[in-house]
Amino acid sequence: MKVRIKFSKEGPVKFIGHLDVMRYFQKAIRRADIDIAYSTGFSPHQIMSFASPLSVGHESSGEYFDIELNSITDTEDIKNRLNAVMTEGIKILKVAVLDEGEGNAMASVAAADYLVRFSDKILLPDDWKEKLSAYYEQEHIPVMKQTKKSEKEIDLKEGIYKLQIRDDGIFMQLDAGSGSNVKPGFVLEHFFSTIDVQLPEFPFRVRRLETYRRTKKGKLMPLIS
Amino acid sequence: MRKLALSDEILMQVEKPARYIGNEVNAVMKDKNKIKVRFAMCFPDVYEIGMSHLGIQIIYDMLNRFDDVWCERVYSPWTDLDAVMRRENIKLFALESQDAIQNFDFLGITLQYEMCYTNILQVLDLSGIPFLSKDRTEADPIVIGGGPCTYNPEPICDFFDLFYIGEGETQYRTLIDLYEKYKDEQKSRAWFLENAAKIPGIYVPSLYEVSYHEDGTIKERKALAPNIPDVIVKEMVTDVSDTYYPMKPVVPFIKVTQDRVVLEIQRGCIRGCRFCQAGQLYRPVRERDVDVLKEYAVKMLENTGHEEISLSSLSSSDYSKLPELIDFLIEECNKRKINISLPSLRIDAFSLDVMNKVQDVKKSSLTFAPEAGSQRLRNVINKGLTEEVILNGAKLAFEGGWTRVKLYFMLGLPFETEEDIKGIGDLSNKIAAVFYETVPKEKRNGRVQIVASTSFFIPKPFTPFQWAPQCRKEEFLDKAYLTRKSITEQLNQKSIKYNWHEADVSVLEGIMARGDRKINQVILKAYEMGCVYDAWSEYYKNDVWMQAFEACEVDPDFYTVRERHDDEIFPWDFLDCGVTKEFLLREWKKAQQETVTPNCRMQCQGCGASRFGTGVCFEEKEGLS
Ligand code: SF4
Repeated sequence: MKVRIKFSKEGPVKFIGHLDVMRYFQKAIRRADIDIAYSTGFSPHQIMSFASPLSVGHESSGEYFDIELNSITDTEDIKNRLNAVMTEGIKILKVAVLDEGEGNAMASVAAADYLVRFSDKILLPDDWKEKLSAYYEQEHIPVMKQTKKSEKEIDLKEGIYKLQIRDDGIFMQLDAGSGSNVKPGFVLEHFFSTIDVQLPEFPFRVRRLETYRRTKKGKLMPLIS
Repeated sequence: MRKLALSDEILMQVEKPARYIGNEVNAVMKDKNKIKVRFAMCFPDVYEIGMSHLGIQIIYDMLNRFDDVWCERVYSPWTDLDAVMRRENIKLFALESQDAIQNFDFLGITLQYEMCYTNILQVLDLSGIPFLSKDRTEADPIVIGGGPCTYNPEPICDFFDLFYIGEGETQYRTLIDLYEKYKDEQKSRAWFLENAAKIPGIYVPSLYEVSYHEDGTIKERKALAPNIPDVIVKEMVTDVSDTYYPMKPVVPFIKVTQDRVVLEIQRGCIRGCRFCQAGQLYRPVRERDVDVLKEYAVKMLENTGHEEISLSSLSSSDYSKLPELIDFLIEECNKRKINISLPSLRIDAFSLDVMNKVQDVKKSSLTFAPEAGSQRLRNVINKGLTEEVILNGAKLAFEGGWTRVKLYFMLGLPFETEEDIKGIGDLSNKIAAVFYETVPKEKRNGRVQIVASTSFFIPKPFTPFQWAPQCRKEEFLDKAYLTRKSITEQLNQKSIKYNWHEADVSVLEGIMARGDRKINQVILKAYEMGCVYDAWSEYYKNDVWMQAFEACEVDPDFYTVRERHDDEIFPWDFLDCGVTKEFLLREWKKAQQETVTPNCRMQCQGCGASRFGTGVCFEEKEGLS
């Protein structure tokens, strides 16, 4: 049976890359003595699927992965047992049993919410808020996107579902589907290039707030809802 | 949440920022206000190497069991961060608290190989601690060295306040008690050092003076303080089943060299190979109780979540309860889906059976370490592995489906001849021939793959070969060419691949290994000229090193190619590792006569180590009553 786990990643652990987070959870699951299923073969590995990789340096309160279990106590027990073996900065928020036939975490991802704050090294023009609103109000935002092989023009607007300027930063809901994924930094870099603002290195502090799947009716729902 | 010593901007621009953030599973955090002594334990190389070292984990665990001590870890910042720290004047910090090393009470540096010596200076430099012990004050940490290289600490003795000679489990408590007295009673640093020198196993280099003959060899060593020992005896754990062991080792976030549970099954080695330093330093052999090991294995797997476990020791096949331990591990690990990483074992029916159970035969290879190409030379070095044993082992393995063989040899061994070197090609060829004889054509899946590797022999202190001259770089290279030629001349040469090591580094390692106090200035000079991370071939700058020797007017040849008299006083002779110089000299003579010495279990050789009153020396010998 499949179980989906939601966790947060905050503070210094944001510098741990995606592959290492996977390794971290493989070990954590053993420490927590969770009855996970293994693949067959000479070096069996845990059956585990992560929703979408988080860039190094980003924090999140909406990370997900699925695991396949041989047996289960209950979801609260799994949550507690995992939380007992976590390191500072990584916390298990929710555990849910998946319905039979539900797609795995990675295939399900459709969108994600982000909150972006600026590094204090950015020199912002006074009217940046108006300019950002105007940028977002455009019907189309044509940009050149570098793919592995070539460069092609895309409409960035299609991938930006929401953009709001909030007191604590810029909130964005972005396409996070495989292939069409839009990164928050990419949007803001493009915006600042249109208003000729030079960015320092590492200008943004990004936090992923939630990750969504799309229901059959086309509605966005958190991966555990 | 902890505040990091490095800003987000810096961490985002360096490779693998997780090297510097600490906070790993099982890392120990303590309340700064409730402890008296802060200890920074350093492995002077990059995180992934340092985190793979069992010795540090043992000391880390032990010190943190003391309520009044907080031991933290520090490693060499990689070259990218090193540059940033210098540019922005950031002081080196410990991983756990992220506090500057400069403000610690102790900086302990483990010395596992000679090529890390410039990294010691990097760590001191970035910490803001004076390079030289004599320039440090009460405000600086006490810099203490430990590990195998302390068995000749003289080339780096100026940089250390103390060395701890021997196994760390025994005297740290005493040393820390003394330190607390020094702080509580506001004594001077000199007072502390003088009293530390009276603790067994502690060597305070500044309290001894060395004078030299005109030819550069040592005339005399004099103690400069009253009541400190002339000879320092190594510290040793008598009962290895009843001592500290890290049941909760730190689990790194990033992949490190040894990303697994390590079970140390025994200390020491019964074999007495004459080139091997570890085989002498850790005498006598002490086995860890098998039931204790089983318990450790389970606990450590549970506490770390590692997916692999390995056994660690010299010559693991000699551990008397090995079959019992491995059976247990196979059962336990199958249940938990854990891999077992086997140590190199003597190839025979037992080990092949075990290998068959725990590895994929198609992907794994057999390893033999004949070390020398001919039986004659194997007798010289006392490596008791015969051609017959190798060929029989290979035959058995080929029948079992193995097709890959790794062979390890050394070049430049004492009394080596061209014939001995040619023996490397011959032996490789014979193994290939065994394959073609054993495995019928229709069952073969391509060729047998034999990889022969050679390293260059470096004479080390406290071995019978400590008297031997080391080869020059040109000689080393000639020997490597000869080896390659001997292989390409073989009938089965297409099945044999040959690798050899670089020669430059071997020469420098040889200088460091048998160096004296005059080498300190050369290391400092080389560091100032830009040498660091010498163990990494991409950073090793041989020409700069040679310039440093020249600038200091120190002749490298004095330490390497020179013949040494039987009665020469060596820089390390004031240390006592258990085996006597008489025993080593006896072995040196026997090497010249090509005479083999039986191992400790066959017949005690009276090496001197029995005075520790433990281990193999007191086992009942087979066949004797
Ligand atoms: S005293 Fe004898 S048995 Fe003990 S270590 Fe030395 S040679 Fe081996």
